[in-house]
Amino acid sequence: MFAFLKKLFGPKTEPPNGPATPSPTSPTLPLKGDPDATVPLPELVSSRPSPDSLKSKLAPPSKTRFTIGIAQDVGQVRPHNEDVLLVFTGELGGLEPMPNFGLFIVADGMGGHSLGERASGLAARRIAQVTLDQILPSLLAPPDADIERPLLTEVLENAMVAANRAVVAGVPEGGTTLTGALIIGDQLVLTHVGDTRAYLIAEGQFEQLTRDHSLVQRLKELGQITDDEAAVHPQRSVLYRAVGQGDGLEVDVISRRLPPGALLLLCSDGLWSLVPDTLILEIVRQSTSLQAACDALVKAANDAGGPDNISAIMVQMPG
Amino acid sequence: MTTRMQGQGDTSLKPGAVLQNRYSIQRVLGVGGMGSVYQARDLRFPNATKYVAVKEIINIADPSMREMVIKIFEREANTLASLDHPAIPKIYDYFNQGDRSFLVMEYIDGKDLETYLNDTPGLLGEEKVVEWAIELCDVLSYLHNHKNKDNQPEPIIFRDLKPSNLMLDQHGSIRLIDFGIARNYQAGQKGTMIGTEGYSPPEQYRGESSPAGDIYALAATLHHLLTKQDPRIEPPFSFSERPIRKANPGVSMELEAIINTALNYNPADRFPSAQAMKDALVALRRRSSGMLGHPLGTGRLDLGSLGQGRPVESQAAGVAAAPARSEVTPLWAFKCEDEVRGSPTAANGVVYVGAYDNNLYAVTAADGQLLWKYATDGGLPGSPAVHQDIVYIGSEDRRLHAVSAKSGRLQWTYYADAPIRSSPRAADSHVFIGADDHYLHAVNVVTGRRAWRFQATDAVRCRPAIANDRIFFGCESGEFYAIDMRGERKWHFKAKRGLTSSPLLANNTLYVGSLDGMVYALDASSGWTIWRFRTNKPILSSPAIDGNLLFIGSADNHLYAIDIRTGREAWRFQAEGQVNSSPAVNKGVVYVGSVDGCLHALEAASGKLRWRFKAGGPITSSPTVVNDVVYVGSFDHYLYALTA
Repeated sequence: MFAFLKKLFGPKTEPPNGPATPSPTSPTLPLKGDPDATVPLPELVSSRPSPDSLKSKLAPPSKTRFTIGIAQDVGQVRPHNEDVLLVFTGELGGLEPMPNFGLFIVADGMGGHSLGERASGLAARRIAQVTLDQILPSLLAPPDADIERPLLTEVLENAMVAANRAVVAGVPEGGTTLTGALIIGDQLVLTHVGDTRAYLIAEGQFEQLTRDHSLVQRLKELGQITDDEAAVHPQRSVLYRAVGQGDGLEVDVISRRLPPGALLLLCSDGLWSLVPDTLILEIVRQSTSLQAACDALVKAANDAGGPDNISAIMVQMPG
Repeated sequence: MTTRMQGQGDTSLKPGAVLQNRYSIQRVLGVGGMGSVYQARDLRFPNATKYVAVKEIINIADPSMREMVIKIFEREANTLASLDHPAIPKIYDYFNQGDRSFLVMEYIDGKDLETYLNDTPGLLGEEKVVEWAIELCDVLSYLHNHKNKDNQPEPIIFRDLKPSNLMLDQHGSIRLIDFGIARNYQAGQKGTMIGTEGYSPPEQYRGESSPAGDIYALAATLHHLLTKQDPRIEPPFSFSERPIRKANPGVSMELEAIINTALNYNPADRFPSAQAMKDALVALRRRSSGMLGHPLGTGRLDLGSLGQGRPVESQAAGVAAAPARSEVTPLWAFKCEDEVRGSPTAANGVVYVGAYDNNLYAVTAADGQLLWKYATDGGLPGSPAVHQDIVYIGSEDRRLHAVSAKSGRLQWTYYADAPIRSSPRAADSHVFIGADDHYLHAVNVVTGRRAWRFQATDAVRCRPAIANDRIFFGCESGEFYAIDMRGERKWHFKAKRGLTSSPLLANNTLYVGSLDGMVYALDASSGWTIWRFRTNKPILSSPAIDGNLLFIGSADNHLYAIDIRTGREAWRFQAEGQVNSSPAVNKGVVYVGSVDGCLHALEAASGKLRWRFKAGGPITSSPTVVNDVVYVGSFDHYLYALTA
């Protein structure tokens, strides 16, 4: 599998579509299933189908901007959607460019009736509010301004704590998982609670950046059960940590430097528990754009039964 | 589609309902997954108020399942009725009525331990908890040694020991309630749930239950009682990561050790029986009651001072096993005429070091023979830089000296306006060095003339980091600067106190320690702070990195290993003096000096001490490792070479 990955994303392979040539601008992407996202749509560079079918069909990354895909579906079983997606991006070109800015959130709510969707929506909004409040003034200030910039990991930790408080107060019987990714330039900071996930596909590696706060994950780490047993364990949906669970919520905050062209995938368990890693990679490889990849990932989860809501955000770093 | 608790709907019996013409329901005591538990009055005693507890199982609609549940219920009721132990409530009766089965038992007037714990302000004392633990071991031992009517062993596993299943009766004794009738036949959960069982041992999730599982659950319960940390909302099986004595320092090491033994992941590593655990607790109680006023105090202080870090085991083990290796014989030792505070630099088989006797020394790396020495007019607190056969060093005589690496002959000197206590860095045909005159100086390597200088707000004493046409350095006021190769400021950052520590640049992230006690991780492109890590005293040490771990010393006597992805502590090592020396990493081992006079060699992954070397004076000099030899200076005037 490693060799396969290397072939796909390895640093030494030539660009998937041969030498990078300036491509005509792609058409604007339709955004499916996410009426709330007010996203400045990234330009996707259109790609010609590769003559070599062994290579990824994915267009080379933009030189300067994030490339983004998002998709969401209620699935085949559930009556309503308790997942939320949130995307904010910002760019400033010119002589003193601002580092590219992006905030991406996937949250999966829980609680009967409409409590789950209220909890996930409230948490995502609160995280975005706290984060943007603290980051934007510094981001928009000149690079050499005499300002005190906020501490990225603390901003995201505080944002999660604020989201937790908001859910406890606003939807006391509900809860949500949440994985948020803040990107400034090539610096990624993740804030994470629950079993939504962030994956990094870069330099020949497919890596899960987040750790599920679930019982089966702990049992796996202790060597008590195997991956296969975890997938069918009767308590596989039991979390020990979720936004809205009360005081003292411990937040995972993880920082990472993202290499050029790296792909970040955020998704809910409705995707990852149905679509194995190898298939995720295969789908990304076969897709011509990140939007097409996200749509295909959601379809794959639905094809596998779609027992839960499905959400995916993909971001590619400029290359 | 997720619930926190399975809703029963309101199917509970109402007060006043009478079962079997005998049990008059008074109130609901609790609601479980299979039905409720009621307090009822036994009407057979018309002239006395006799209460009983009535446990109800609401049967499942599916007829085949229903028959099985009733069968199991009857079998377990019979088993319970045969038990005779003061901690187990008496069983009086059982019957089926309508779609429900009922078990009638002794009513216990008291409080369950979960409620008791929540109602208690502050922490529970050790004495009381040990008393309960002994009673519980006793009843578990009774259950585990149960024999059937043919006198064959038939251990009863309680399977669900937790504070809410333990009642404290009117006499202050512990009673075990809620025997697991049909516990394994509850319907599976649907959707995501928050909160785990918390007290169950790992093997129970594979379907294994054994006496060792009850021992684990008992220890988990004791952990919760003593720490007030609810394991249902903590990471499962994380007890060992949350030491009892960290939350409740009043607990003795002995009790903590007993509970930790019972909490081992591997059932074979726990007590072999509840009786064995009881014996250990009884011995502990005996010892502590013999020590008036100082319960359970022996040895606590010594180990307590070591017990601060998370991987307590590795520290304690490391220190205990520490070969106090003054018997580590140096390969050689070279004597200067005064203290060696700066760090040696090795290049091409030669070690260069400055001393407070004003001399820069060049000695052979192989055997410590003096090649040459060069005298300045001031102390040499910094370390030299070697670049293209020239050695550069700053002196308190206010000069930067450029000396031939081969001969020690002066090439040029460059004057700052105040003493130089910074270490130079050469790049792009220039030497960059800070001075107490508040400037960072850029000096041409060939001419020794100033190209430019950049004014900071205070003395610059760190060694600058240089990469991608950017120079990064801090100053004594806490300002940190990123400037370009023309001396123009690109961004800056401010720590609360001085930045004497030299920044380390790795993967476009800058790491630097401050006199405010913090370690900062900064984005090198923008100056945004990614994370910060707090130590308890000023940091003079400069960081080193190996893999995902960053190492840095602090005046709080610790060397810290910090995970650079999270900014959180991986381990810490306690020296006996301040750690102002900067660590060096080589092949999985970290080397660092301390004011306690030792050079410590620690395993990078765990912080476990491999060996230490005791010099004749404090070591603030930072070790350098070349070809598996460690070079370090000391206040005892010596430069040492040690086998890594």
